[in-house]
Amino acid sequence: MINFSIEKEYQGMVEAYEKAGGDRDALLGTGMARLVIHENRVLDKGAVEGIKIETRETETGVDVNLTVEEGAKIPHPVHLCFGILPQEGLQEIIMKVKARDNSEVSVVAHCIFPNAFKVIHKMDADIEIGKNAKFDYRETHYHGDYGDIEVIPKAKVKVGKDGVYQSSMTISQGHVGKLDYDFEVFCQEEAVAELVVKAYGKGVDDIKVWEKIHLDGAGARGLAKSRLVLSDKTRAEVKGETYGNAPYARGHVDCIELVNGTEAVATAIPIVSVTNDKAKVTHEAAIGSIDKKQVETLMARGLDESEAVDVIVKGILK
Amino acid sequence: MLEVQNLCLNLNGKPIINDLSLHVNKGEIHGVLGKNGTGKTTLAYLIMGVNNYIPSAGKMIFEGKDMIGLSVSQRAKKGISLAWQEPARIEGLSVRDYLMLSGNALGVKQVEDYLSVVGLEPATYLDRDIDNTLSGGERKRIEMASILAMRPKLAILDEPDSGIDILALPSLLDAIRGMNRQGSSVLLITHNEQVAETAHRVSVLCAGRILKTGEPGQMNLWFKENCQPCAHVNEPEKEGDKG
Repeated sequence: MINFSIEKEYQGMVEAYEKAGGDRDALLGTGMARLVIHENRVLDKGAVEGIKIETRETETGVDVNLTVEEGAKIPHPVHLCFGILPQEGLQEIIMKVKARDNSEVSVVAHCIFPNAFKVIHKMDADIEIGKNAKFDYRETHYHGDYGDIEVIPKAKVKVGKDGVYQSSMTISQGHVGKLDYDFEVFCQEEAVAELVVKAYGKGVDDIKVWEKIHLDGAGARGLAKSRLVLSDKTRAEVKGETYGNAPYARGHVDCIELVNGTEAVATAIPIVSVTNDKAKVTHEAAIGSIDKKQVETLMARGLDESEAVDVIVKGILK
Repeated sequence: MLEVQNLCLNLNGKPIINDLSLHVNKGEIHGVLGKNGTGKTTLAYLIMGVNNYIPSAGKMIFEGKDMIGLSVSQRAKKGISLAWQEPARIEGLSVRDYLMLSGNALGVKQVEDYLSVVGLEPATYLDRDIDNTLSGGERKRIEMASILAMRPKLAILDEPDSGIDILALPSLLDAIRGMNRQGSSVLLITHNEQVAETAHRVSVLCAGRILKTGEPGQMNLWFKENCQPCAHVNEPEKEGDKG
């Protein structure tokens, strides 16, 4: 239940959440697990059968323990909403996730910083996916137009036998600011990991993406994928690492960075390594401008050049 | 509707389009028949204004106004569009959205109908992306559907049959006729005589120049007798030499 002193704050978050593309009803309604955190305050929390959400407010953020019980199949997505509404602030989320054996859940997270001038948002996650468990995490950021924000998400993920871990992070609305993304996944036998980062850099945004997947169990599979569009003076560096350490492990690094203009700088560093002669790991990295033929195809349907570029960028970041 | 007058384009010092003149009437399907390397696609690009091609001489008059200097968008807004020989793949853009942005205020039913016309099952294709998961033939047919959706005054179709299997060819030819029936004039570029038969008139292109224009049957025969055995592509022979 929301108490009176934080009601206004909560309404502000819900409104910002909706503007960022979130489902307002998911936060306000019942029957769905949810967690709303503004700065270092937990504004709302709701669990459903099969999910346990524990929180502890700290001086600079919130510690979150999210547990999906063994065998629980959660029918609706869990909605998370993290944010800072004022222009300045620090939010450190320490997250521990346990998706126990044979469980299944999807999590939709919105991170909202619409007025950020001097905001730092850190997330440090420790994630354990049990045997045959499925955990799907989709995070979308809304940063507003000022761009002076630092986002530092870091995660260590262990995926048990036959488990599936899928994670995507998208920052396409407003300025990215400074992003330092660092996720590392360890996959056991027949486990699957997919890491996806999509971002649209503008102004002087500075983007660093580091995706690491260790395929340690036989038949494990991994995909480290990134899609970045860079305009103005954005700088971006993407490192995609995949290690095939077991027989029949299959991994792929897939990085595309599109530079729109003459001042943005894109770097891609794919690292693929195999320590087992039956493993196979591949990579593809492409850096270039937005494909002229794609633009002209859309212009030949009557779109202006800027509209055509917008359609292409939205497609890449979809 | 379209009057191309003495058009020239040189690339790397070589004449690719060489004093080319062509007239497309309103309501006409006008075929351009030529072997590989004779400048068919270059002509399509020049008319559409793509690929940074700027003619070194000549005029392209569309509905009374010269189009040289207009951007691709401006030409499209005046009613010209192009179905590419090898259409671009665009990640994350669904067939539905591609057709919707091609057409002006199209309804879902119309989008479905246009897909059906080109022989694609709407339920299977609407939510697919026009990316590299589509085969070449599927992508070509979607390109045709997008032209149907756009209803341009002049549709330039660059080898619409290439990559299309023989069983799908009749539906493609129907789509071209349908396009024409719904009001589009068509510049139909091809090296396939069967496709050229769809046209009202056909012009034979050789080494960047139109050699002859006439009724499709006659032009197909002339093409077979004169162009198919002929090896030259870079420098046109004098028209009198070709008979």
